[in-house]
Amino acid sequence: MEWYQSHILTIVTFLPLLGALGLLFVDKKSTKVFVQGATAIAFVDFLLSLPLFFWYDAARGGFQFTERLSWIPAIGVDYYVGIDGISLLLILLTTFLGVIAILSSWTAIHERVKEYYIFMLALQTGMLGVFISLDFFLFYVFWEVMLVPMYFLIGIWGHERRIYAATKFFLFTQLSGLLMLVAIISLAVLHQHATGVFTFDYEQLLNTTLSPSAARLLMLGFFVAFAVKLPAFPFHTWLPDAHTEAPTAGSVILAGLLLKTGAYGLIRFVLPLFPGPSREMAPLMMTLGVIGILYGAVLAVAQTDLKRLVAYTSVSHMGFVLLGVFAGNEIALEGAVIQMISHGISTGALFVLAGLLQERMHTRDISEMGGLWETMPALSGAGLVFAMASLGLPGLGDFVGEFLVFKGAFPIVPLVSSVATIGLVITGVFLLGMMQKVCFGHFNKKWTGLADMNTREICIIAVLMFFMFWIGLYPGPLLDVSNKAVLQLVDLFQNLGH
Amino acid sequence: MQVDWTIYLTFLGAGLILLLPRDSKNLIRWVALLTGVAALLVGLKNYFDYNAWVNAELAAHNGVLTDGFKQIVNVPWIPALNVNYHLAVDGINFPLIILNGFVCVTGILFSWNIENRVKEFFAFFLTLIAGVYGVFMSMDLFLLFVFYELAIIPKYFVIAIWGSTRKEYGAMKLVLYSFVGSALVFIGILAVFFSAGGQSFDILELVKHPLAPEVQIWVFPLIFVGFAVLAGMWPFHTWAPTGHVAAPTAASMLLAGVVMKLGSYGCFRAAMLLFPQGLEHWKWWIAVLAVIGIVYGAGVALVQKDFKFIIGYSSVSHMGFVLLGLATLNVMGMSGAILQMFSHGIVASLLFAVVGRMVYDRTHTRQLDELGGLAKVIPFACVTFVIGGAASMGMPGFSGFVAEYQILVGAFQMHPLLALAAGLSIPLTVAYILNANNKVFMDRDEPAGGHGHGHGSEESSHPPLPPITLPEGVAAIILMALLVIVGLYPSIMLNMIKANMELFLRGGR
Repeated sequence: MEWYQSHILTIVTFLPLLGALGLLFVDKKSTKVFVQGATAIAFVDFLLSLPLFFWYDAARGGFQFTERLSWIPAIGVDYYVGIDGISLLLILLTTFLGVIAILSSWTAIHERVKEYYIFMLALQTGMLGVFISLDFFLFYVFWEVMLVPMYFLIGIWGHERRIYAATKFFLFTQLSGLLMLVAIISLAVLHQHATGVFTFDYEQLLNTTLSPSAARLLMLGFFVAFAVKLPAFPFHTWLPDAHTEAPTAGSVILAGLLLKTGAYGLIRFVLPLFPGPSREMAPLMMTLGVIGILYGAVLAVAQTDLKRLVAYTSVSHMGFVLLGVFAGNEIALEGAVIQMISHGISTGALFVLAGLLQERMHTRDISEMGGLWETMPALSGAGLVFAMASLGLPGLGDFVGEFLVFKGAFPIVPLVSSVATIGLVITGVFLLGMMQKVCFGHFNKKWTGLADMNTREICIIAVLMFFMFWIGLYPGPLLDVSNKAVLQLVDLFQNLGH
Repeated sequence: MQVDWTIYLTFLGAGLILLLPRDSKNLIRWVALLTGVAALLVGLKNYFDYNAWVNAELAAHNGVLTDGFKQIVNVPWIPALNVNYHLAVDGINFPLIILNGFVCVTGILFSWNIENRVKEFFAFFLTLIAGVYGVFMSMDLFLLFVFYELAIIPKYFVIAIWGSTRKEYGAMKLVLYSFVGSALVFIGILAVFFSAGGQSFDILELVKHPLAPEVQIWVFPLIFVGFAVLAGMWPFHTWAPTGHVAAPTAASMLLAGVVMKLGSYGCFRAAMLLFPQGLEHWKWWIAVLAVIGIVYGAGVALVQKDFKFIIGYSSVSHMGFVLLGLATLNVMGMSGAILQMFSHGIVASLLFAVVGRMVYDRTHTRQLDELGGLAKVIPFACVTFVIGGAASMGMPGFSGFVAEYQILVGAFQMHPLLALAAGLSIPLTVAYILNANNKVFMDRDEPAGGHGHGHGSEESSHPPLPPITLPEGVAAIILMALLVIVGLYPSIMLNMIKANMELFLRGGR
């Protein structure tokens, strides 16, 4: 057990990749093996990651379960991993949504099943790696590892305009990643000039003293990379395309997890490394957050494609995260963390539902849907619940996050926060009207005889719903476990120069 | 067996093939393959011995290497001219020797389908390989020059006889450029020889008696440019794309994989080692030309319509990184340059194999517009291209990343603008690799408004192609494995490179 405790991060992270390598040697015709094998691997990985929650000493805080191995000594790179409360939550979210995503692919993927599940598992390793890395070099490696499988998931199993979407996704993230790489290198070089040690160690680089102008430039390098992934307005344009064209599981992973790597990057790197410039630019960042919130919501209302609609709500919700992160006080940051988790679940669920509808109706056009309650009460019911969650209904997860973010941000930027709130309420009303039409509106005869959810699908949705309610009604455990990490951030952000 | 046996074994193999009857094609192929494998194994064995020795030395002397060279043989050859047969290895040429071995073996595997004049092909091929081995190990300028010429002549025949698109033109251009380059080198070598008193051609001797700075300043560019022509330095690169395109697959692999490295190796070993002051004087010129080549090569690759030209120009871009790294004159950048030579050798071989052997030999076209959707027909080729492409665009986890990354750090220390400008090529690389991958291997997007997947119609437009053969698969897997191994565990190569570079920069040798 002790051995496991000290290697848990490595095991949880690399198990999916190992599984993928194993599947590589299975004959491609035995599709059952891939479906069941990948499901089993993802599920085992989820189980293996659960002890983290119980073993993590929330009272002590800081990085735990650390592991350090020398990797490329010639350029000062270590395999150095560890997690704090925030990364812990994101790891659990990743292993959990990993299972959901693979479960939701069972019937959706019929072609090239082997490659599909191999890419899914490889992607899982990439994302987990991002959340555990405490070495910049290692972090960048995992950051890029995420890209390739996602490119193929969209490009091969996606919908009509998959190549366009996949290429756009790849270019946006790769190019912004390069900016980050430049920033990482410059940071390491500056650290070397100051101390004589060339290293990529997170904790050591944290103490680098930078001139204000250098700090500002480097911060922008990191910020752009994370803002593209997040995505923050105006870097969001890849998102609607990628989310819409990706296969269901791809959208779930994209919205549920990949966007979180951007938010995580802001919290883990931008704030602690550059507290000065962050505080300086906070008003601008918060404004961008609010613009994203409103802009995403307004565009969501205007969509006719169901997946595109959900995609734009993601832009809106991630605006909250940006707002919360740069508000920089305890409440807002807690809100941002909760929002990351609960958005992962609610949007994941919405994409699963959109996928189920597409499998049945072969269209995503909202105008063709209507009165679906007639044939598919369970599916439309679930849709309503998660749409409510997404609109921020109290009692459901997203409300807690958004409420905390607003509460934290209001004292700092009262005017913009108010505008955002009012705008949100109005768009909420529109979306509600649209959902009402889809579920209870005029019934489209084309859809008679469509099957409602089967047991597997009900299970997926039920689990997601359980967590949605849990976060909404009893967010305490999540707040507790991440509290220390958040307080450290707040300390950095507010006690600058002491 | 000492590592010089790589040369003799390969020559022996070439000789043996000449003795075989021309009709027993399979026998010839197997002899060639076994020769290549034997030489590779000898190289690898010595490589790991040397690596262990370096690590032991480093451990014994607090991480400092006192002498990186392992002498192999040093006997008088032409006493009248003071020419010695002097071979030696260090941490700089060892990775390249291994590279040559791997490219040789995989090149033979990728040439398994050659039916026309098999005997001559493999004889030339092995002669070329042996010449390259010789260049990498020579520590006598005259000897180095002899091996260098020995490598260029078979090159001409291989392209002119077994090549494709405008092969005579490509071959002739290649040879003319190489000869002009060697002429410059030759003049430079003679100049060194006489200014140093006419005593010796031995690099390790000459380095002890540096020339006067005024002499260095004009001899250095002669030798450097002479070699840099072969390394594809802008603006002397124009032979490279046409040569690559005209050459048969194995020759493109060799050309991009090792022959271009001969150039950059010569730049380092002959020019930079012997003329430190000349180097100091010209380094900014080299760095700037290198950066231009990097960005120019990548930009031009982006607009190519011929699949092979894309890879050809990408070689110009990646070799620019090597020259930039060498010009930085710091450990980080220079170690990166050597690693980049190895890494690009593997990447370029892999990509040329995909283009030439896997795609062109099956489809008989390299026009991007005529290809498409090949991922369904030959998925293995797609996987290979993506892995090679990812390594090419500096994706972490592959050797190219570790190399280019170090070069960029080194360049940053020289001048931030250099790193920034060179970094511009990375997005371009991403773009041209993606562009090629989308057009060659992926399906085209369906017209807007279409529903469903519509794969049926796509497939009918692709008549089934012959499947990937075993030799191709084996060779591609070897190369991909190398990219990953060196990418994930670069210390296997970087330790010895770095130790030797530190030695070089301390003014050792």
